[in-house]
Amino acid sequence: MDTINITIDNKNFQVPKGSSILDAAKSVGINIPTLCYMHLHDLNTTHKPTGCRICVVEVEGRKNLVPACATECLPGMVIKNQTVRVLNSRKTVLELILSDHPADCLTCPKNGDCDLQSMAQKMGIRHLHYQGEQSTYIKDRSPAIKRDMDKCIGCRRCLTMCNEVQTVGALSAINRGFMSVMAPPFQMNLEDSVCTYCGQCVAVCPTAALTEIDHTAKVIRLLADPTKTVVVQTAPAVRAALGEEFGYAPGTLVTGKMTAALKDLGFDYVFDTDFAADLTIMEEGTELLDRLTRHLNGDPTVKLPLLTSCCPGWVNFFEHQFPDMKDIPSTARSPQQMFGAIAKTYLAEKIGVKREDMIVVSVMPCLAKKYECSRDEFKTDGNPDVDYVLSTRELARLIKQASIDFDSLDPAEFDHPMGESSGAGVIFGTTGGVIEAAVRTAYEVYTKKKLHKVDFEQLRGMEWIRESTVDFDGTPIKIGIAHGLGNARKLLQDIREGKSHYHAIEIMACPGGCIGGGGQPLHHGDSNILLARQKALYSEDKAKVIRKSHENPSIIKLYDEFLGKPMSEKAHHLLHTHYFDKSNHIEITKE
Amino acid sequence: MLTICENNVAKIEAICREFNNDKGELINVLHKAQHTFGYLPEEVQEIIAANLNTSLAHVYGVVSFYSFFTMIPKGDHPINICMGTACYVRGAEKVLEEFKKLLNIQVGQTTKDEKFSLSSLRCVGACGLAPVVLVGDKVYGRVTLDGVQEILDEYKG
Repeated sequence: MDTINITIDNKNFQVPKGSSILDAAKSVGINIPTLCYMHLHDLNTTHKPTGCRICVVEVEGRKNLVPACATECLPGMVIKNQTVRVLNSRKTVLELILSDHPADCLTCPKNGDCDLQSMAQKMGIRHLHYQGEQSTYIKDRSPAIKRDMDKCIGCRRCLTMCNEVQTVGALSAINRGFMSVMAPPFQMNLEDSVCTYCGQCVAVCPTAALTEIDHTAKVIRLLADPTKTVVVQTAPAVRAALGEEFGYAPGTLVTGKMTAALKDLGFDYVFDTDFAADLTIMEEGTELLDRLTRHLNGDPTVKLPLLTSCCPGWVNFFEHQFPDMKDIPSTARSPQQMFGAIAKTYLAEKIGVKREDMIVVSVMPCLAKKYECSRDEFKTDGNPDVDYVLSTRELARLIKQASIDFDSLDPAEFDHPMGESSGAGVIFGTTGGVIEAAVRTAYEVYTKKKLHKVDFEQLRGMEWIRESTVDFDGTPIKIGIAHGLGNARKLLQDIREGKSHYHAIEIMACPGGCIGGGGQPLHHGDSNILLARQKALYSEDKAKVIRKSHENPSIIKLYDEFLGKPMSEKAHHLLHTHYFDKSNHIEITKE
Repeated sequence: MLTICENNVAKIEAICREFNNDKGELINVLHKAQHTFGYLPEEVQEIIAANLNTSLAHVYGVVSFYSFFTMIPKGDHPINICMGTACYVRGAEKVLEEFKKLLNIQVGQTTKDEKFSLSSLRCVGACGLAPVVLVGDKVYGRVTLDGVQEILDEYKG
């Protein structure tokens, strides 16, 4: 790597050629403050709109201060990061931003986890010298995401996530000057836009302009209601990230502590979404084998590749943007919804609770799941299969509010019968995990042979788009994997143009899969955190005795006692769904 | 639900094709579409987004940024008041206020009877005639406050 010599605050450094002043300074341990810059290293995404002007520095020989994020280091450059002029300028800029920002930190949902707040603290802001007009916008509440644009500082990170990484295109900067704001077209509500609720905008928002809809208060009330039986399910990715909210290193598995905390909170039954993930594999895997067998027997009507359907953000994406392909994805519901459907039928009957007296709460790394549970097709007589969805962050808040000392909790086990899961269910939380879980089961069912090595390393990793061929005892099965909706779009376009050669494709909306979901503890663009969470899930899988979904005894029992067999009529009714064309805003008329 | 007739869809498609359906040409496409329809309603923006393979949010972002683009239909007689430096110092602002008062609309709006709409622009290159007002393509120079009513009277009846 070519390097050049520069000087920062009278010290000489060697830094990579071509790097910005901000990156160069960071590489030698000098953190120049910024509010808008974002660099997601492993995801090849850099966002530097040079909008906030907090990162300005002095460069010798230049009259004006320069933004460190967008100024390239040149050989011999003399940079000053700590002069009175620089510090005053940063403070002035910050005070101007704060002059158009509500000062309600104490009651703000981002209190304690806000980049603007910590910047004000770091810079020692004690007075606001400027008073001016404050922008006010109507609050926009969708089923998953709340927009409070009074709190927007115009960093535009959300636009990069929505338009470039995810290619969803729900948000843009509209109007100009002081009136400029990040909004859906025509300032429509998020709910009426093409938003998928993936929540990646929420995950990068430095303030509370974009936050999740908070259901903690409702859940607290229900937990206190003696007439309700409150059942909770926890998604696989939650256990690999929840610990971060309590000071544990990223990638620390807190499965047992999380279960104990949920029991302390007063949930009547603490179950595992991993159980439902195993169920998903039974249904989705059977569907894959059915399509595959018919395809191999020469049936030309079979739609391949089969696309996984457990990610609700991804489902929203194709319903809006690829409705012509809505019959390709598997009809299997997501694990969350399978869990809800089984809990409110099979379990309710088993424990003698009426449907209307049972409340199903999910803890999810995901914001799209909040919307998913509100879909009409997942309700029976208006009663939803899943009542409330809490994000990983909300669960952490709930635990803190209840004064539970997370650190001193003794690990607890999940309850039965919906708490037992295989290793295959655990890895649903990471990119590549769903398809690996499906392959473990599909291989054995298809070849009728025992799989001796269940680890399919070739399906793992963090590259945006991966592919691999798995040998099903002489039949090569071609598999594609994409995470991040922008990458899903590429694979979908190939299918549309007839260029796709895969039999099955796994798609997850969020970078990294559920471990990087919009409801997870904020990773502030550090992809090492995602890698640590991914590793944690594979280690939990490895530690399990049962690692294939079809060997999960509770699943076997569920089919014996209740469902019959995969894709049975009952299974169809409870565990499968259909998709809608949501692209039509406009009608073309003759006259 | 929004509606648009096939004929207009064909017109928009033709404009987009003229610019090779290239999303980099969005501003040119919008210019031409506004010239054709007089304004850029939601449905026109939506068809443009689909043809240029870009998001509606992006199209609207551009439309709402430039004051030249409008989503409100222009009146039969669009009035433009030059606010360039020369016109400004010779009282264009007062002339504009007079138009606002007499028409009872703000800049960017259209009268209820759809007869007049009001906009401002920067310099038409006739500084010697300042302050300048355009009604449609017709240029009025050295406009006085009393002259405003006279101009409007020309188009009434």
